[in-house]
Amino acid sequence: MSERDAAIAARPLPVGPSGLPAAPAAQPTARRASRLQRIARRNSTIAFLMTLPLILLIGGLVVYPFCYAVYLAMLNKRMTRFVGLDNFTFLLGRETFQNVIWQSVVFAVSAVLLKALIGFILAHVLHALPSRGQRAWRGMLLVPWVIPPAISTLAWWWLFDPSYSAVNWLLAGFGAGPIPWLGEAGWARFAVILVNVWYGAPFFMIMYLAALKSVPDQLYEAAAIDGASFWQKLRYVTLPMMRNIISITVLFSLIVTFANFDIVRILTNGGPQDTTHVFATYAFQVGIQSGDIPLGASVSLFMFPLLAVFAVFVLRGINRRSKEIGA
Amino acid sequence: MAQVTLRKVVKAYEGDVQAVKGIDLDIADHEFVVLVGPSGCGKSTTLRMIAGLEEITSGEIAIGGEVVNDVPPRDRDIAMVFQNYALYPHMSVFDNMAFGLKLRHFDKAEIKRRVDEAARILDIVPLLARKPKALSGGQRQRVAMGRAIVRNPKVFLFDEPLSNLDAKLRVQMRTEIKKVHQTVRTTTIYVTHDQVEAMTLADRVVVMNHGVIEQVGPPQELYHCPATRFVAGFIGSPGMNFIPARLENGAGALRLHLPGDIVLPVPADRTGRYGAHAGRPVLLGLRPEHLTESRNTDRPNVAPFPATPEVVEPMGMETLVHFRIDGAEICGRIDPAVPAEPGRPLPMAADLNHMHLIETESGRVL
Repeated sequence: MSERDAAIAARPLPVGPSGLPAAPAAQPTARRASRLQRIARRNSTIAFLMTLPLILLIGGLVVYPFCYAVYLAMLNKRMTRFVGLDNFTFLLGRETFQNVIWQSVVFAVSAVLLKALIGFILAHVLHALPSRGQRAWRGMLLVPWVIPPAISTLAWWWLFDPSYSAVNWLLAGFGAGPIPWLGEAGWARFAVILVNVWYGAPFFMIMYLAALKSVPDQLYEAAAIDGASFWQKLRYVTLPMMRNIISITVLFSLIVTFANFDIVRILTNGGPQDTTHVFATYAFQVGIQSGDIPLGASVSLFMFPLLAVFAVFVLRGINRRSKEIGA
Repeated sequence: MAQVTLRKVVKAYEGDVQAVKGIDLDIADHEFVVLVGPSGCGKSTTLRMIAGLEEITSGEIAIGGEVVNDVPPRDRDIAMVFQNYALYPHMSVFDNMAFGLKLRHFDKAEIKRRVDEAARILDIVPLLARKPKALSGGQRQRVAMGRAIVRNPKVFLFDEPLSNLDAKLRVQMRTEIKKVHQTVRTTTIYVTHDQVEAMTLADRVVVMNHGVIEQVGPPQELYHCPATRFVAGFIGSPGMNFIPARLENGAGALRLHLPGDIVLPVPADRTGRYGAHAGRPVLLGLRPEHLTESRNTDRPNVAPFPATPEVVEPMGMETLVHFRIDGAEICGRIDPAVPAEPGRPLPMAADLNHMHLIETESGRVL
């Protein structure tokens, strides 16, 4: 008998599920089985097994395409040769792409800020309404967000159309001259931001409304007794209590707005003269329409590091605040 | 510091529901007044109207002689401690306490001096850097009180501040609140549904029910001389017993005829008070401590009567016995040394020197 066997023999008999000692001959098998059973019974194991289908789905739909895009971005135009980071350096040297970066940042940042501001104001107005009227207004204000953006953007395109623009017709009624909404770079940039804000502000509104409803009334009452004015309550109670929701919403919206495709594609198609292109529409133009898939993949991957760094900082802040205030 | 006056104060909500029905109350400077009553009696609404958190439908509220009906809460110079503490979760304990002073543009040195002083009184100096999440319920309550103290306001308002604490901590914090009041002597209005809190803390207790004040008085007065059946039943634990009876006049002496052929003599000194009600149904009110095991029956106005306990509750220093008189559930307090068992007859005695007679229709104590 080896030392190990002796040690096993000296141990107390393992107890079977019935509470009786397990048969001595089946000892090692039973021990292995019970260890497996213990692992299988662990909450973390069960949780892992239950989330496994979702993990596999995410792996298949997100991780694989991402890795494939990284692989594609490192090939030459004919996809026959590995070129490393050449596609990225080539893009950075092109003035059109520099404009795309600038336009994407201006488009995403200004649209998100405006959406956040308008959403915040609308949420406050709704919150102040009596609950009966609130429901109807909430439903109406959510309409832009509910309509598929491709369809609503088409409607906006008609409104801005140079030949029969309804907006210009209205302006003419006030004596203002026709505006080349989609024909002039500045106005076209304004138009895509406006439509994006129109579409996205209700999302901010509904998130902020939920956040506002979760702030206990007693905090406002305590602040009122402490001597706070409306603006001081907003600054010292509302905003700090909503910071996590604001951060999450801004982060989420920034990612979605940076990756926006349909509004720019339908409204301006990146024009005039590529001045309204964002990463997604430019990647489509370069990769699909011009047939340079590796370069298109490089364009689409460009925003990833920017957003990843931003997301890490925002999520760290949220995590820290959640621990501090238990929100 | 200031006196608080309420004149015919009414609070009505939509649908003409009146939460407070025209109450009058005078609270003196330095006084500790407790508003007590069951849920929905209007006590919290009254406090919130004094704070300015609820608008007054009609009437007048004055703090320090100045009518404050249209004065916003921040200009009333009051401080309030809420049931859920209402501490700002994103601020440290120091900032929570200093917030009101910062908004009033006190200089930093003065803010620090006041916060340190309040923290010392409340024994929370080591907690000043923490966030509320890192505090226990009792500590949060102290911070909430600290926030009120630093302001040195005219009036402290407490809205059920101990409701969220466990029984032991509640007793401890009750003592703390009393100590703080004895130290700072600020006029205090305190709302609770717990009559023990009301009795132990108050200089005067205001008992409210259905939006009206039933009685105002020092705790002992409310306990011994309740004005209404509601006050008699609400103050005291266990509550006063109410036994339906009939007051009869016979041979110059009044007698109470209780169900079960029990006849109790009314003390001679009360004949004048109750004489006019002879022949009418009344309610006999007796506190449990005046229904004891049969002893001292030779004393004047102590009448023996038979009882059979249904439930016996030994409390240590006393034993509560529950029995019935014609359906009415009665509670008595007996010496713990007396053997009492459910179902075994126990001779009891009623000390009628402390009896109350209540008019059946109006609920008024005669």
